[in-house]
Amino acid sequence: MMTHEALIEVVGLVRLFGATRVLDGVSLTVAPGEAVALLGPNGSGKSTLLKIVATLLRPTRGTVRVLGHDCVRQAEAVRAGLGLIAHGAHVYDDLTALENLRFWATLGGLPADHERLTAALDDVALERYAGMRVRTFSLGMKRRLALARLSLGRPRVLLLDEPFAGLDQRGRKWLATRLEAFKAGGGAVLMATHSFGRELEIADRLAILAGGRVVLDTLRAALGADDVQRLYAAHTEEAS
Amino acid sequence: MAWKDLVVERRSKETLNSLLFFSLALLFVFQFTLGPDRERLAAVLPGVLWLGFILSSVLGLGRTFMVERDNDCWEALLLAPGDKSAVYVGKLVACLALMLVVEATVLALFTVFFNVDLGPALPGLALVIVLGTLGIAAVGALFAAMTSQVRARELLFPVLLLPVLVPVLLGAVKATEALLLGESLASVAHWWQLLVAADVVYIVVGLLTFDVILEG
Repeated sequence: MMTHEALIEVVGLVRLFGATRVLDGVSLTVAPGEAVALLGPNGSGKSTLLKIVATLLRPTRGTVRVLGHDCVRQAEAVRAGLGLIAHGAHVYDDLTALENLRFWATLGGLPADHERLTAALDDVALERYAGMRVRTFSLGMKRRLALARLSLGRPRVLLLDEPFAGLDQRGRKWLATRLEAFKAGGGAVLMATHSFGRELEIADRLAILAGGRVVLDTLRAALGADDVQRLYAAHTEEAS
Repeated sequence: MAWKDLVVERRSKETLNSLLFFSLALLFVFQFTLGPDRERLAAVLPGVLWLGFILSSVLGLGRTFMVERDNDCWEALLLAPGDKSAVYVGKLVACLALMLVVEATVLALFTVFFNVDLGPALPGLALVIVLGTLGIAAVGALFAAMTSQVRARELLFPVLLLPVLVPVLLGAVKATEALLLGESLASVAHWWQLLVAADVVYIVVGLLTFDVILEG
């Protein structure tokens, strides 16, 4: 399964929380230009897997490499090349959109000149709201601002936890287009989702997690929405 | 980091308002309890002043990392590349600025409530307050980070903070007492030197350990 080109390589990953084995020997790869959708019921370990790949949690056993760097021993190198959008948008409500970008760029040691920051806002169609406090933003706008923030660091790997949750149709379409462009640029996407809808169309592969294991890892292209539903039901019920 | 925290506080005023009202309430209670007896007041005023400072600090410092919990900014802080001690320094500066604003207000109210003339002692007192506050902020920012992700943080934070602050409180109260009695700053050099030493130790420990604490 492992390839030399893979931007994300997870091998034999085990994670225990006390006596509970949340991940039990997960192996997975994501190649450049590829998006893998993690499907699974609540508590199947999707978010835990993302957090370990993002270096926010340590594995109990197994290895995780991102961009060729070990997620435990070379966490700083991993962090320099990845972007995470989890349940929170990682923005401050009492700062404006522009101030948020300036803060995160400065903290990350990135250039924070006005032109660059406004270009990033322009890129996510938020330039008109640059001076507005994020507190007034909708969930979709916060997601777009989060993407603008990530784009400042030019990550090669994106980790997304329920990226389409709370977005309206227009927002979903917009995000799918952005992710397609990211893939086309050679980036790798690993996203956890509960959705079986059109959002899955950006995924090249589906990995179903159940009982802490990857119970199915398959190409998505040949599968329709009904096929995905059927496979999901069959594998998650079997695992539970 | 300091700029961000101060802008957020200026706009939300969550911590500043609660600290000012808390300090005001505290001064009222002390005023009614102690009464107008000048001799009795002189003996307890340094303690009253620093009790007000430390209680408002515990309240304010405990909230230092609360702003990072909104929208999971804590995760983004961890993922930001670079030296995490910059985050500590930023938090320390923001805490110090906020506490000094509160303390300046408390000090002004203190002179009114207790009818104290601080005039001649003010420069020395200002130095002692800045040094004492720096020590409190240095330890407070560190322990606030340590306890921000635990459930019983409101309980744990003062339990950890107060014993470590004993040298600061000792030096600050004793120096304040002497200065309010009209002694010179030179005559209390050993106390403010203790404050300087404690500040240096706390800040160095903070810089060296903050990365580990942030990573959990």
